[in-house]
Formats: sequence, C-alpha cells, structure tokens
Amino acid sequence: MRLAVIGAGAVGSAVVELASDHGHSVTAFADSSSAVIDSAGIDTAAVLDRKRTDGVVGSDAPEDALSAEYDVLVEATPTTLGDAEPGFSHVQAALERDRHAVLANKGPVAERYADVRALERESEGSVLFEATVGGAMPILSTIDDFDPSHITAVRGVLNGTANFILSRMATEGLDYEHVLAEAQDLGVAEADPTFDVDGTDAALKGVIIANVLSDDETEYTLDDAEVEGIQEISGSALELARADGRTVRLIAEVVEGSVRVGPRLVPDNAPLAVSGTRNIAQLETEHAGQLNISGRGAGGPETASAVLADIGRL
Amino acid sequence: MSDSTDEVRSYTVRLELVDEPGELLRALEPIATSGGNLLSIFHERGNVTPRGHIPVEVDLEATPERFDGIVDALRDAGINVIQAGAEQYSEALTIILTGHLVNTDLSDTLSRIHESTDATVTDLSLSAPGGTDDASSARIRLATEEGAVDEAMRSIRTVADEKGLHVIEPLAAGGDA
Repeated sequence: MRLAVIGAGAVGSAVVELASDHGHSVTAFADSSSAVIDSAGIDTAAVLDRKRTDGVVGSDAPEDALSAEYDVLVEATPTTLGDAEPGFSHVQAALERDRHAVLANKGPVAERYADVRALERESEGSVLFEATVGGAMPILSTIDDFDPSHITAVRGVLNGTANFILSRMATEGLDYEHVLAEAQDLGVAEADPTFDVDGTDAALKGVIIANVLSDDETEYTLDDAEVEGIQEISGSALELARADGRTVRLIAEVVEGSVRVGPRLVPDNAPLAVSGTRNIAQLETEHAGQLNISGRGAGGPETASAVLADIGRL
Repeated sequence: MSDSTDEVRSYTVRLELVDEPGELLRALEPIATSGGNLLSIFHERGNVTPRGHIPVEVDLEATPERFDGIVDALRDAGINVIQAGAEQYSEALTIILTGHLVNTDLSDTLSRIHESTDATVTDLSLSAPGGTDDASSARIRLATEEGAVDEAMRSIRTVADEKGLHVIEPLAAGGDA
C-alpha cells in the first residue's frame, strides 16, 4: 500500500519508519508546516533525519500531501476536541477521494463519529482506528471479531500516565504532586499532563469504545461521559486501600450505553490492577466470559504498530 | 485472559445463633475450613430475634464457588443461615471517602449514609496524617441488601456531594473486578 502520513509526532514518524518493514511505501508525509511528496516513495530515513535536525519534513506545503497519490491516509495529528479539526478534514479528504483512512488521532471518532461513518458510507474507502484506543493492544479489532452485539461491557486502564502515578503513589507511599513531578522527569507525563490526569484522555477512549459497541445506533461524544480525574487522590486513601487488599486505579467503564471514567477501588490481585504505564482492557463477552487484553497503551512504535495492523486489515 | 470465577469476592452472611456457649465458634469453623477468609464479625448482643436467637453478621472473602460451599457447610453444621437463599445474600461494599471528613462531622456522614441507604456500616478505618483539620481519608465497609448496591452508591454520592467529600467507589458490586 502507498501511505500518506499526516502528522510527524512520535506516532506519525514511527509509522514512516516502520512502513517498509510491513511492505508499504510512504508517498506523502506532512507535519504542521511542511510536506514531502514522492509518488515513487519518499526516502524515509533522510526525511526523518531532516525532521530531527531542521524541524521540517520537506519543502512542499502541508495541504499538498492530501492531494498526493496514496491508497491509505494515516491521520496522526494531535487529538483535538469539538470539531476535531484539522484531523476530521484530513479524513474527509481521503474518503471523498475513495481512499482509506486509518486514524491514530482520537478526535474525529470520539467527537464526530456519526459524521465519519456517514462519509465512509459514501466512499469506496474504509475507516479504521485501532490505534486510538490502547496503543498496541488489539481492543477494537477484538470487539469487531466477537461482534459488538456480543460484548456487554468494557472496563479498562486506558491511560498509562495516570496509572504510573497511581501505582507509584501506592507502592512508594508518595503524594500526587511528588509522583507527577517524577513522572514528568522520566518523560512518562507531559509538561502539561492535564488530559491524562483529569481523565479526559481515558474518557475519549471510552467514548470511542461506546461508539463501536453501539454499532451506529447512538452516537457518543466526550459530553456523554462522566469523568473524574486522579488529582484529588491522596496518599492516605491509597494506604487505606492497601491495608484492605485493594488499590485505586483510573478505570474507564463502558456499560449499557454509559461511559464513566474515575478512580475506583479494585482488588490488589485483580487483572485490572496493572502497574506502571501498562494498560489493560477487560471485555465482558456474552458467551465467553471475561477477556483481558493488556500491553503498552502508548508510545510511538507501539501505536504505529496498531496503525500498521489496521492497514494490514484493509 | 482469566476466568472471573477464580476471583475472590467479599460477602456478608447473616446467621442466627442459639444463645449457648460455643455457638459462635461452631459457626465460624465451617467458614475457615471451606476456604473462606474471615474479615469481620458483628455480634449483635442484646438484639434477639423473635425466635430468641442472636443475629450475627459475618463478612468474609471467598471465590464464588467456595462461598457456595461455605453456605452448604454452615447448613450441614446445623447453623441457621437467614440470608443465604440464592437471591438473598447481602452484599458487602467498600468505599473510600476523602476530604475534610472530620470538619464535616464524620459521624453525621455515617448516620446519613445509614439512614438513606438501609446499608449497615460494618467497618471503618480513618487516616488523618495531617491532623483533624486537614484532609483525611476513611475506608468504609457497608453491608447492603442484595441488589441495593447501586441505590446505596447513589445515596452515598449525594451525601458526599453536599459535604464536598470525594468518593472512591468500588469497581463493581461485591468487590469484583
């Protein structure tokens, strides 16, 4: 397949780097200010080098990447809320040209799912977005394999930063502020960790799962989710939980049409009590009990692997 | 992948004991020998049932399979299990409350939870590392009627909201996760 990769952050760059390894070529690659286009396939190593040293990927205008020759558009720009732009327009441009779109950007499928599906119905192209939920973990494709009508609930730890902070607070007996600062030093938390710690990121993933489970019947957006973060969790609360064989995790829960994210008490030895930056999704199936999928929920190569798996499914 | 039946849940069992020496010990033995982990015993001395028996509430942890075995063993030992019909197990519920618990009158909070939910507070642990004027945390174990957990949680949320307290809820009823 020929790929047009929009977005040159950790995920977009990793897709470009790993594309040939999966038998694909990259014919267009754009960041927010520039693009490089070559219908024969760009020199990925040289382009990534240029991005690192000069901060740009090429000398073309970024919008030219949308009209380049490609089979699959990979949308890997940062997630935006509300109208989900510019990601939504990128997906629209691909579908209107009857090309496939594979998303790592949560915005379009969390905030405008019905619009994306409507565009897809009019197009020869398909939309896949495994990478938007749980990084490398095959959550959405597993739901699809079982058929959404056979999944009754999904619960999970879907934000590695929040999980790192909570598990470190619990094991070291440290306070929230202290562990957050440490997480930022380690690069586990971003300089502005708001979306990770206030539950927004996990909620967006929950909303995407809800959209997939509802099978186009009801559309969910972030406004439909009940969201609470971990900023108020104290060391003493974790201590009390531990004395009772429990711990606290930021859990996203999608059940019976409701999306809820918040700190919850879980038994210490429960599958959901993963530690560090690890993620887990627990699917409640109609005929097969619980199914736990755990792994790395974030990171460039991890998320790019999910993007490339989607491309393989097309 | 795991199977949920392997997971330990917490249960509350209500028993009626004859008022004779050794009865309590006799009631607890089948729980321990059938693989249950005793958490707490609430012995309502002075509170006698119409039949002249003494009600005892036992909190324990076990896998669902072992719990069934425990109830059978209790009955085999001639213990009167008053809440152990398939639908009548009461459920244990553990929550953590955080915030200015002491300044907002913890005992009033507990009695309001009790009044509005029919839930019984069976255990309470308070941690106030910064002193009583600072934010503190309390772990509260409640026993509710089967199926009444959602309603109890709604009432707890209402009380907590009014007092500006924060509730960390269990993931699912009965301590399952």
